Amino acid sequence: MTALPYVDGNMLDGPLGEVFAVDLSSATARCAHCGTPGPVAGLRVYSHAPGLVARCPTCVEVMLRLVRAPDRAWLDLRGATFLQFPMSPDR
Amino acid sequence: MGIVTPGFQGRPRSGTPDLPPGQYLTPDFPVLSAGPTPKVPQDQWEFVISTETGTEHRWSWAELMALPQETPTVDIHCVTRWSKLGTTWRGVSLDTLLDGVESAADYALAHSYGGYTTNLPLDDLRDGQAWLVHTYDGDDLPAEHGGPARLLVPHLYFWKSAKWVRGLHLTIEDTPGFWETAGYHDYGDPWREQRYQGD
Repeated sequence: MTALPYVDGNMLDGPLGEVFAVDLSSATARCAHCGTPGPVAGLRVYSHAPGLVARCPTCVEVMLRLVRAPDRAWLDLRGATFLQFPMSPDR
Repeated sequence: MGIVTPGFQGRPRSGTPDLPPGQYLTPDFPVLSAGPTPKVPQDQWEFVISTETGTEHRWSWAELMALPQETPTVDIHCVTRWSKLGTTWRGVSLDTLLDGVESAADYALAHSYGGYTTNLPLDDLRDGQAWLVHTYDGDDLPAEHGGPARLLVPHLYFWKSAKWVRGLHLTIEDTPGFWETAGYHDYGDPWREQRYQGD
């Protein structure tokens, strides 16, 4: 059996945890290309690359890119029309 | 007693060619990819150079193979810090492909099967600096390394050597590509360590 060339979006927890104050593992993202919403944890992340490239599991278009330099990071979300986070109603 | 035998320090440093700053030497050929590997049959493959006026120049696989072929041996440097020296390829010089293409453009945006893009100054594709290669180390270029054909622009970081390339769009204005719009340097000279924007 050949290993898949990607891992699931759970691996984004650590890298995006550097950028976001919220836990992205429970977030939902909507693909800007095909419109399918789904859990960030279900994205296909290509990590053997100069940055992380997360693709829609439905249409395989790019939804998120994260490039990490030693002193800076770039997050490109143009492929996602929204990120939805669960929030506590007890505020 | 230490686990490293005194006196064994690998190859003498004087025998190691200089590497660009921040790079290490690898005997392997790592596979980097930002997405699924496109599978493009040779009989469906084509390469298109389109100019800023909309003129298109097309080559089929057979037409590419009928052009004069070169066998460059070059060093390659990946922005993820590995370098590989003395790699041998076979393909067609971009000088040959650009010969007869009338254009006032200063830039090229390479685009690939699978959607990848990368931008280069057109001058960096001329004068024996760039090839469209279909063979690596004597064998057909494997799909994971960009086959049937990829760009080879060894004087720039290897993300500029677009895998699965299907064409060049020649433009008056510079148009940043896939990695160049996500923080990577617009030009990417390994000897000046131009990894990220602002380097």
